[in-house]
Amino acid sequence: MQIVREQDVVLFRNRVREYSTKIGMNLVNQTKLITAASELVRNMLKYADGGQVIIEIISNNARNGVKLTFIDQGPGIADVPQAMQDGFSTGKSLGLGLPGAKRLVNEFEIQSKPGEGTRVSVTHWKHGR
Amino acid sequence: MNKTAQIIQKKKKTILENWMSNQLSDQALRDDLISNEDLHKQSEELLNGLARAMATGNVDNIYAAEYEPVTEIISDISVTRARQGFSPRETGLYVLSLKQAIADTLEQELAGQHEQLYKEVTLVSRLLDSLSVITFETFIKGREEVILRQSDEISEISTPVIKVWDGILALPIIGTLDSARTQVVMENLLQEIVNTGSNIAILDISGVPAVDSLVAQHLMKTVSATRLMGAECIISGIRAEIAQTIVHLGIDLSNIKTKASLASALQLAFSMNKIEVKSNARNANFGLRR
Repeated sequence: MQIVREQDVVLFRNRVREYSTKIGMNLVNQTKLITAASELVRNMLKYADGGQVIIEIISNNARNGVKLTFIDQGPGIADVPQAMQDGFSTGKSLGLGLPGAKRLVNEFEIQSKPGEGTRVSVTHWKHGR
Repeated sequence: MNKTAQIIQKKKKTILENWMSNQLSDQALRDDLISNEDLHKQSEELLNGLARAMATGNVDNIYAAEYEPVTEIISDISVTRARQGFSPRETGLYVLSLKQAIADTLEQELAGQHEQLYKEVTLVSRLLDSLSVITFETFIKGREEVILRQSDEISEISTPVIKVWDGILALPIIGTLDSARTQVVMENLLQEIVNTGSNIAILDISGVPAVDSLVAQHLMKTVSATRLMGAECIISGIRAEIAQTIVHLGIDLSNIKTKASLASALQLAFSMNKIEVKSNARNANFGLRR
């Protein structure tokens, strides 16, 4: 799914909600995943002027989960460990987006190089573990 | 100049007549939406533009500069038609019916020269197909503008500030809080605090589907602005799943008064303003007996 405008955030969140309902995720885990997704997609819009998200349902040993992959061709992150710290922001935000999203989901992976864009993938299992 | 361009230039009048009679005989003609004269004028303008553009020798690239006047006319037509209430199908067919008119004329002019006729007809057909795609594109763009305007309007009207008691305001927020919306919410709230002289504002976020760090940041800004005006803010309607999410995100709302429901927020507001609400049992009984 392409993300180009702020309106796409709402559309995208609804799409994530659909997928997580489909695998029977409960409300708390759904909200966690959606909030994390919302953080990441907002980052993508703010710093990279939009990008692409892939939504997948994955299963592993009889447990199901939703995997989201965010890919952008933005400026990239110079210092990833620093960006993962609470309260660090190059914009004027709270600096909780990346670290908060990491705490909300089960698996979190980030790859970024300055000038080459950023790729973040998150996975949340149906039962939240 | 190729053959078709020459023929169109020469037979412009016949083609226009053909085209008009095609349109007029069509069952789907919306003479309730557009008068025959307007339709004639519109069609003539478009055909003239097309003839001029084809005369330059370019017959396949409609994105070239020669076709700018044509695409402009077509965009214009579809935008006005979208406003007048035409369906995209009707607008698309309008352009496509020109194809039939040109093909008929070519058939008469090139009678007997099958190979040439085939070549010219496919050429015209390709050209007009891409032109009709433009009508759809602009049609959709026109609709999108309407949708954008509506969403602006929705965010305007969906932030009512309600006076629930003397000195107590409530502000139910429904939908997503983005920067533009927060601005509207904040302005309305601050203005209403001035107008009513209230000292407590209750922000109810039961209708906000997701609270992420941006929404939280916007809420905090609204709260600090209200405090600057000398009023206290209570945030209510924090659902169980949202509370968990906020904690995981690491957002610190501890210096803001929060309540789970609007009712308990109202109770807190009453006690802050030293108002007591008593149930009057005797009167209630009296009411029942009557």
